[in-house]
Amino acid sequence: MLTFEHVSKIYNGENYAVKNLSFEIDRGEFIVFIGPSGCGKTTTMKMINRLIDPTEGVITIDGHDAQVQDAVQLRRDIGYVIQQIGLFPHMSIQENVTLVPKLMNWSKEKRKERAKELLALVDMEEEFLARYPNELSGGQQQRVGVLRALAADPPLILMDEPFGALDPITRDTLQDEFKKLQQRIGKTIIFVTHDMDEALKLADRIVMLREGEIVQMGTPDEILSAPANAFVEDFIGKDRLLQSRATVQTVEQLMNITPATITETATTSKAVQVMREKRVDALLVTNEYGTLKGYVDIEMIESHRKQSENISDIHLTTLHTVKKDAYVRDSVSRILKLGVSYVPVVDDDMRLVGILTRASLVDLVYDSIWGDEGAAADEQEAVLEETIL
Amino acid sequence: MFELIGDLVTYYSQNFSYVAQEFYRHFLMAAYGVLFAAIVSIPLGVVIARYGRLSNGVIQLANIIQTIPHLAMLSMLMLAIGLGANTVVVALFLYSILPILKNTYTGIVNVDQVLLDSGRAMGMTKGQILRMVELPLALSVIMAGLRNALVIAIGIVAIGAFFGAGGMGDIIIRGTNVTDGTAIILAGAIPTALMAIIADLIMGTLEKVFHPVKSTPKDKTGTEKEAEPA
Ligand SMILES: Nc1ncnc2c1ncn2[C@@H]1O[C@H](COP(=O)(O)OP(=O)(O)OP(=O)(O)O)[C@@H](O)[C@H]1O
Ligand SMILES: [Mg+2]
Repeated sequence: MLTFEHVSKIYNGENYAVKNLSFEIDRGEFIVFIGPSGCGKTTTMKMINRLIDPTEGVITIDGHDAQVQDAVQLRRDIGYVIQQIGLFPHMSIQENVTLVPKLMNWSKEKRKERAKELLALVDMEEEFLARYPNELSGGQQQRVGVLRALAADPPLILMDEPFGALDPITRDTLQDEFKKLQQRIGKTIIFVTHDMDEALKLADRIVMLREGEIVQMGTPDEILSAPANAFVEDFIGKDRLLQSRATVQTVEQLMNITPATITETATTSKAVQVMREKRVDALLVTNEYGTLKGYVDIEMIESHRKQSENISDIHLTTLHTVKKDAYVRDSVSRILKLGVSYVPVVDDDMRLVGILTRASLVDLVYDSIWGDEGAAADEQEAVLEETIL
Repeated sequence: MFELIGDLVTYYSQNFSYVAQEFYRHFLMAAYGVLFAAIVSIPLGVVIARYGRLSNGVIQLANIIQTIPHLAMLSMLMLAIGLGANTVVVALFLYSILPILKNTYTGIVNVDQVLLDSGRAMGMTKGQILRMVELPLALSVIMAGLRNALVIAIGIVAIGAFFGAGGMGDIIIRGTNVTDGTAIILAGAIPTALMAIIADLIMGTLEKVFHPVKSTPKDKTGTEKEAEPA
């Protein structure tokens, strides 16, 4: 769909705004350009629709060199949301939204129809059509700016920080709306931001820029799991990196699925037998539906031997549990804080599905992905490891 | 005082068609001068706004024209063109260049660069940007220039009567030529002043109408009630 081959933009003969960019974008992809201010994001976008001509290199769109096409026609075929919204204050919302269709000589009725259709896409009422930009909130203006780029149904849309000037809540809503919209209308979108959360949320692939050069290009997962260098790591931020790594592994992926269990209707002597077979000193107790009731250990059985025939007669100790879809990172700190050696894993209905032991966490901890906390945990772990099982 | 008003009324009732004719003639001269100036200055303003380097020189030149005293200008033009309305119209043309040129230039140059980029990014041609973005956005500033020029022109036409151009100045001169001509002088002066004031008001209204930042003509409470759909 779109390729850059060794594209550079040089200002004043020596300043590279963009340096030797090469990449390829497929039809229907959602690409996010991200990088610090001044790294060349806007310059890259403007070269695509020829608002700026590259100093070196070739940009092709659908196999055709952009440089040899008629610039005006090319721009009408590419939707562009400029960084500063740029709605025309002297035109109504309808006129703003359907400007490109007007340039392409659509009939008046068709334009009106299209304007209504577009407004409906972002849940704005028809009566907005007659209003002027200064009568809209910032969020509404940004929506209209996006709609204006969609109006003539271009296959490629460039969006330069389209949600830049919004409060976090409106921004979040618009991102959700827009991601849904993109999936529905299936456009190729190139999106610029310097907000990492926005990039991770929206992108099929992220292109990280720094001082006009690509530092890394890949899916959000690829970038999170293997940042190319310290710059990328810094840009992603330690917190996000940690969180994301933990999310890669849920408790379910890590748990032991064959915990030593016994049903509450079993006899105490049966329990002792199971313990002996499995070489453990405690059992998790479930009812006949597999719902976790608590646990019994050998001492509890000893002290109740005289009075109790069945496990259900013993007052069971309740346990801290963890949900199977919880993040490992959260569970680790819980286990460490509680000082217990294992945590039963349950599903949403409190049915026992597995067990998370300190042992199964050791490998992860050794990866020291939890930074300082991990190092501290390592020491504790080394001591505790011997006491488990 | 009452006598004066009585004299005025008498004068108007006896010379109505003459006064009306001179009033009309006066206005036409002013309007033509400004119109011709607009035809030249607006495009020129657009051009110098495009090519920034020209702007200083051209505006300087218009400035110099502006500083020439009215009588001196009219006299010089009379020597070249002769007596009559044409001399006055040419003078008005010259005087109107500066306000219109300067305002056109300012109006166009002050159009937000973001909007120009926005237009270009959407695939507007240069002509379309001028027609659909720059001129509409500069229109109210250009109107302010026309307003300025017209009010000045109405004043200058009054002197034009000395150069055989007619207009309300003609009535004033008649008043000065007769003994006890106060009523006649006022009969010429008052409509001239009124013409300038009314022209100013009308042009001021047009200026507002053409203000680029538009709002829907609705009562404010109606528009403010709409909550933004989350
Ligand atoms: N017309 C110009 N002349 C000279 N240098 C320029 C010009 N336009 C941009 N630059 C430089 O090129 C670099 C890249 O600019 P660009 O606008 O692409 O940055 P950006 O990544 O979009 O930044 P931001 O996030 O702040 O919008 C900057 O260092 C900028 O100063
Ligand atoms: Mg930018």
